[in-house]
Amino acid sequence: MDGTGYCGWCGRPDGACPDRAVCVRRRGTDPPRYCPSCARRMVVQVTPAGWSARCGRHGSLGVEADAPTPPVG
Amino acid sequence: MSDVDGRSTTSAQPVDVLARAEAEVLEAGRGLGEGALREVLSLPDSRLPELLDLAHRVRLRWCGPEVEVEGIVSLKTGGCPEDCHFCSQSGLFPTPVRAAWLDIPGLVRAARQTAASGATEFCVVAAVRGPDERLLRQVRAGIEAIRADEVTRELNIACSLGMLTGEQVEELAAMGVHRYNHNLETARSHFSRVVTTHTWEERWSTLRMVRDAGMEVCCGGIIGMGETTEQRAEFASQLAELDPHEVPLNFLIPNPGTPFEHYPVVEGPEALRTVAAFRLALPRTMLRFAGGRELTFGDLGARQGMLGGINAIIVGNYLTNLGRPAGEDLDMLAELNMPIKALNSTL
Ligand code: SF4
Ligand SMILES: [Zn+2]
Ligand SMILES: [Zn+2]
Ligand SMILES: [Zn+2]
Ligand SMILES: [Zn+2]
Repeated sequence: MDGTGYCGWCGRPDGACPDRAVCVRRRGTDPPRYCPSCARRMVVQVTPAGWSARCGRHGSLGVEADAPTPPVG
Repeated sequence: MSDVDGRSTTSAQPVDVLARAEAEVLEAGRGLGEGALREVLSLPDSRLPELLDLAHRVRLRWCGPEVEVEGIVSLKTGGCPEDCHFCSQSGLFPTPVRAAWLDIPGLVRAARQTAASGATEFCVVAAVRGPDERLLRQVRAGIEAIRADEVTRELNIACSLGMLTGEQVEELAAMGVHRYNHNLETARSHFSRVVTTHTWEERWSTLRMVRDAGMEVCCGGIIGMGETTEQRAEFASQLAELDPHEVPLNFLIPNPGTPFEHYPVVEGPEALRTVAAFRLALPRTMLRFAGGRELTFGDLGARQGMLGGINAIIVGNYLTNLGRPAGEDLDMLAELNMPIKALNSTL
């Protein structure tokens, strides 16, 4: 790892979203679906008050209720 | 206006559609037919306030001021064999949604979140063509666990598990499922442009069986899937013919990887006009704000919708998409002086 992360909404390296505005908009309607550490697709469960996401390699990235969604990379 | 002889023909002047709706829908409680709905859906933005006001009065007159609040959760996410072109859970499209199963403790937690928001309805949804034995076992165990939990035992439980056989309908009714959701999604004439793996008629037949088994029917759809204004009027009339207990109205969220990912988001005024038109088609039906409203309307529009014919909402998050926090909607209802339908008022 060189410390670079990935966008949870398009899976590209930080700063390389094809259309950042689209990722920012999706952040309002979608939990992150790509692991911020490796960009693998995560298994995501949305619940009425939160969501949780798990990467096969990096484990859980999760928010049950009322925690902030991470920023778009 | 004058005819060829130059005589006045004012008696033949068509009566304005909202004036007709005032008499037929507000006073007599009869929904507008397809032709009148087309006119309503073509009204200019300048008449939108008048239209919304009429839809609101129709709702108050025939449904009352109460609002039914519901929470939903996905029990089985993704990997669906069907190809509904709006859906991020189809296994046939390259969407980022991966398959997931919610376990029973997770389902009870979701039900608790719903109960905590003041909702009375909890809808359990699975991304399937129809349920198999494994899914029905999970649903049965889930309902038992919700009924055994002190916080969630009173919730009305609805299910949305795709197309059913007659036997499965009976099984769900016997489990105490209060209402079954199965959306026709769009006008019959537009359906094959949205779904190719099953037909509108197959959906219709599940709905008839649900009705015959005595469960409440919840059936709506999604606005903004390339349908014409005429097809919106057609869809509203087809729903009126079905006469469901509840109609959930969704606005397309153009989900990445789906065939509809580049469709434009329905604009606020158009969405509001559609909401009001559906109310005029279905004066006595529970009309629920469902997915996509945050994207289409923002905060202001949700309020306008509640004052334009809507009398039920889904609060919190959806199946794979996020909503706004339930508290914001409950604050809005309090400000609007709209009471939340209480548990014991449901039959
Ligand atoms: S809408 Fe339902 S049936 Fe259609 S693809 Fe999505 S989960 Fe499957
Ligand atoms: Zn991105
Ligand atoms: Zn990872
Ligand atoms: Zn419903
Ligand atoms: Zn009921």
